[in-house]
Amino acid sequence: MKKSNILTCVVAVIAIAAIIFGIVTNGKKGDLQKKVDELTANVATLTSNLDAAKKEAADAVKNAEEEIAKVKEEAEKAIEEAKAALLPGEEAKTVMTHADYIAAELDSEVTVEAYVQAKQSWWEDKATIYTQAEDGAYFIYNMAISQEDYDKLVPGTKIRVTGYKSEWSGEVEITDATFEILEADPFIAEPIDVTALLATEELIQHQNELVAVKGVTVEAYDESGAAFAYKNAENKTDDLYFKVSKDGQTYEFCVEFYLCGQDTEVYKAVEAMKVGDVIDLEGFLYWYNGANLQATSLKAAE
Amino acid sequence: MRISKKLLALLLALACCPLLTACHGAVGADAFQIPMQLDADRQFELTFWAKNDSNVTQSAIYRQAIDAFEKYYPNIHIELRLYPDYGRIYNDVITNIATGTTPNVCITYPDHIATYLTGSNVVAPLDALIADPRYGLGGSELRFDGYTADEVVPKFLQECVIGGRCYALPFMRSTEACYVNKTLVEALGYTLPEVLTWDFVWEVSDAAMAKAEDGTFLVNGQKVMIPFIYKSTDNMMIQLLRQYGGDYSTDAGEILIFNDTTRALLHTVSEHAALRSFSTFGISSYPGNFLNAGQCIFAVDSTAGATWMGHTAPHLDIAADQLAEFELAVRPIPQADVNHPTMISQGPSVCVFNKEDAQEVLASWLFTQFLLTNDVQLAYAETEGYVPVTLKAQQDPAYQEYLSRSGEDNDEHYYVKIDAARLLMDYTENTFVTPVFNGSASLRDAAGQLIEEVVKAVRRKKTVDDAYITSLYNQITSLYRLDQISTPTADGEETKADMGPLPGTAVTLLAALAAAWVLIGAYVLSHQMKARHKGK
Repeated sequence: MKKSNILTCVVAVIAIAAIIFGIVTNGKKGDLQKKVDELTANVATLTSNLDAAKKEAADAVKNAEEEIAKVKEEAEKAIEEAKAALLPGEEAKTVMTHADYIAAELDSEVTVEAYVQAKQSWWEDKATIYTQAEDGAYFIYNMAISQEDYDKLVPGTKIRVTGYKSEWSGEVEITDATFEILEADPFIAEPIDVTALLATEELIQHQNELVAVKGVTVEAYDESGAAFAYKNAENKTDDLYFKVSKDGQTYEFCVEFYLCGQDTEVYKAVEAMKVGDVIDLEGFLYWYNGANLQATSLKAAE
Repeated sequence: MRISKKLLALLLALACCPLLTACHGAVGADAFQIPMQLDADRQFELTFWAKNDSNVTQSAIYRQAIDAFEKYYPNIHIELRLYPDYGRIYNDVITNIATGTTPNVCITYPDHIATYLTGSNVVAPLDALIADPRYGLGGSELRFDGYTADEVVPKFLQECVIGGRCYALPFMRSTEACYVNKTLVEALGYTLPEVLTWDFVWEVSDAAMAKAEDGTFLVNGQKVMIPFIYKSTDNMMIQLLRQYGGDYSTDAGEILIFNDTTRALLHTVSEHAALRSFSTFGISSYPGNFLNAGQCIFAVDSTAGATWMGHTAPHLDIAADQLAEFELAVRPIPQADVNHPTMISQGPSVCVFNKEDAQEVLASWLFTQFLLTNDVQLAYAETEGYVPVTLKAQQDPAYQEYLSRSGEDNDEHYYVKIDAARLLMDYTENTFVTPVFNGSASLRDAAGQLIEEVVKAVRRKKTVDDAYITSLYNQITSLYRLDQISTPTADGEETKADMGPLPGTAVTLLAALAAAWVLIGAYVLSHQMKARHKGK
């Protein structure tokens, strides 16, 4: 074969190969472009679906909000109707006197009105409060309350409390309570002298009241001969216990740390007292398997 | 070269992965690395937070342990801070995590540690420290007579493992016991079995409610009788569920307690609460006080409260003239199946908080370890019905002698206290703990509250039916935020509760987007390769 023929053949093969390569490449490119177009179309469709779903959800939320508002309005109307249906004076009737409260069965629902005398603690949205009215006292245990509302309950504030009459180790208290602050002139109770009642069954009638005990003698708290005992001697961040006697009877009292902490005068006075001291005490007549005065004031006997 | 570039890209991608994962929780110290040596020239001031039990001797033992430790390590000083309850320790720790002022060492519970762990590197993991040949358990550099890891009761040590890592050492262990007025059980015509069943306890309790015409109870002649009082209702529900095969939670923290077994158990509780034959500490008061006054037959409380049980107990909370003489028997808590007794393991553990200063952490670890040495363990365990957490302490001849002298006196060798400790040692293999996760403490509270609420409802003459219990489930879920508890994924990250599968449209959309990105990438890559070829 002539060289020119061979060259022609080679050129032809290369040309054919180039054509085939071009066709294949262009074909693939076309396929890829087609796929991209299809996917773009899919994305557009799905985006449109998503928008539609969003709109549906927004409509549903709007409908639900309207429904809630309607139910709320109906509920408020029902409450108003129920209130209006009460006979005149019926609301006042549900607020108990102290005598009603004492007569009420344990575990029954009670509503009382009284004045804050002291606050024992606020912990995890609950508070324990000493309250008293002119006719008797009420211990409100672990009442649900915000820190903000707790701060409003200064001594003398009148509150209406609804809860359940309960008893824990002899202490009669109101538990699971709710409250509302009432507009009223403040009332702070004067301590009633219960010294003469200490060994009598009559003492319990003054449970939870602010009381005074006069002329009692400090006894050794335990075998160590100490005049008192710390519940937490290490850090002094807990109650103090002490014993006093009167007419041959011994009574165990305490300084409740959450009521009167280590910086209070009574806490320091108990730390300073000695066995044999004759003292006057004031405090709330708490009950724990018997009378267990929670002292708020201690002085040498007058 | 191309392979190298691919590798580089892969490495870059891997390096970027952490950026895509959300970092949550408080920022803490760097992860702890054990120093080569404790710096003997430095002075360390460490803080140790513990609970002050009503047993004042226990506080004194902490102080003695600190004094003894400081003799071994004169350059390490421990400041003890006591709290009235574990809840306040927990709250204070949470507060101090935010300010980076956590204590160095703290007596706590694994449930609480799980919450502390939501912060970053807040609590020091102890695995490496335990195994360290120099300062680990039984390590060569310890100045005191230590103990090996094998000598810590394995079941108790395992209770301190959270998410596969050990975050605490057990300090003391107890379980619950049923303190029984055997005299009154027999007065009612029953024979006290070695292992109580719930059916037996309910039956005897109901029988004890019979009254005379004058309103006093026939069984004790008193105006007060609450035959069955449970101190810790969270433990009661947890153990009831375990014994009756009811779900509580998964290990990962999925809440399963609101089920039909729980419902049936609550109905049973309500039946007996309605008869007033059952009550709780929260509603009535300490079971031991009623037991000692002859006003309770079955008082369930911790074995760590044994010294308050019985009319001759070393600690009494009621006046002498209120005490009733009776024979007291210590039994395991009531069981569903006496052949497979099951009871909870409880008791404080001790954890080490991580600090920037690794030397400080090492010093804290040494003190933590010291709290498990024989002298501390025996002294503390003998104050109550606690059990030492090391086999070395349990097998110590001094402890064995202490046990053998049960009943010799009503103080150190008070038989109820030693019977209670023996109970846990006899049943250690039958104990269990509940899963620990961020939120497990809330679930525990919720479990107890279910019982408390049902008992209160019945006493307040409310109807306790299925509708009430369903409503109670919702109320408790909300109150304890059980619907907001995070559950960890396999890689340890936490996610909120499962929101269910993605909608089909969203899956398609995401898949299409991913495919589009892949194709675009492939196209660009192909284009670049072509360009490079062209350039050659």
